[in-house]
Amino acid sequence: MDVLAFYAFAGIAVIASLLVIGQGNPMHSVMLLIVSFGALAGLYVVLDAPFTAVTQIIVYAGAIMVLFLFVVMLLNVPREEPAPGGAATLLGPTGMRIGAVLSLLLAGELLWALLRIGFGWASRAETAASVSSVALIGSGIFTRHAFAFEATSVLILVAMIGAVVLARREHS
Amino acid sequence: MVPLTVNHYLALSGVLFAIGTAGVFLRRNLITVLLSIEIMLNAVNLTFVAVGRYRGSVDGQIITFFVMTVAAAEAAVGLALIIALFRHRETLSPDAFTALKW
Repeated sequence: MDVLAFYAFAGIAVIASLLVIGQGNPMHSVMLLIVSFGALAGLYVVLDAPFTAVTQIIVYAGAIMVLFLFVVMLLNVPREEPAPGGAATLLGPTGMRIGAVLSLLLAGELLWALLRIGFGWASRAETAASVSSVALIGSGIFTRHAFAFEATSVLILVAMIGAVVLARREHS
Repeated sequence: MVPLTVNHYLALSGVLFAIGTAGVFLRRNLITVLLSIEIMLNAVNLTFVAVGRYRGSVDGQIITFFVMTVAAAEAAVGLALIIALFRHRETLSPDAFTALKW
């Protein structure tokens, strides 16, 4: 059951992510990314992390993606421009190919490195205690990680002020 | 069928991260580039939760929580930057913003 759910959600996540970067309409990209985040939330449920799954849906698929949708609709640029002909930029036709090769290389390296790390305690899958309690997460955040939590609140305040200042219309 | 191990999740997370990197490399639209960064952050989140689950520790989910807040801050500032850039150049192509290019 878990195995089937994993492969279903993993397939949805990978296909949706590929489509996000595979087509040119930013609106469709945002919608497909919401699908991908939903599949990841399903994977978190398979991983016994319901709190993280719900946070994923509310914060990512809800708040952050709505922010992206606002900007896509506000700027109203449905299609990206075709590449300028002959321009030897990083994103030109040859640069495109180099980028694809680099990404494939990175995928190979990541798989190699991660699987080497993971192999040691992969067999302890069933023996590890399930830690899905929200109370445990809360006490962890507010005791051991209290400093990080406070730093995060400052970060959000700074980001809020920064966003307001950056997006403000300049009066000359 | 092979029972699930942490390696399944690590492999999926590596694939997702590479897809995000490919998006940053290949797309010619600043909004899609930001979306690709979100894909990468989510791939890392998946690693944290999977490793935390298989080690029987709750810290993976706590770090994921912090990553989400940082991602929200990053999206807010990044989108504000995109709006400011679009106001100046009337385009979202990264090729249009070369003032700082050496």
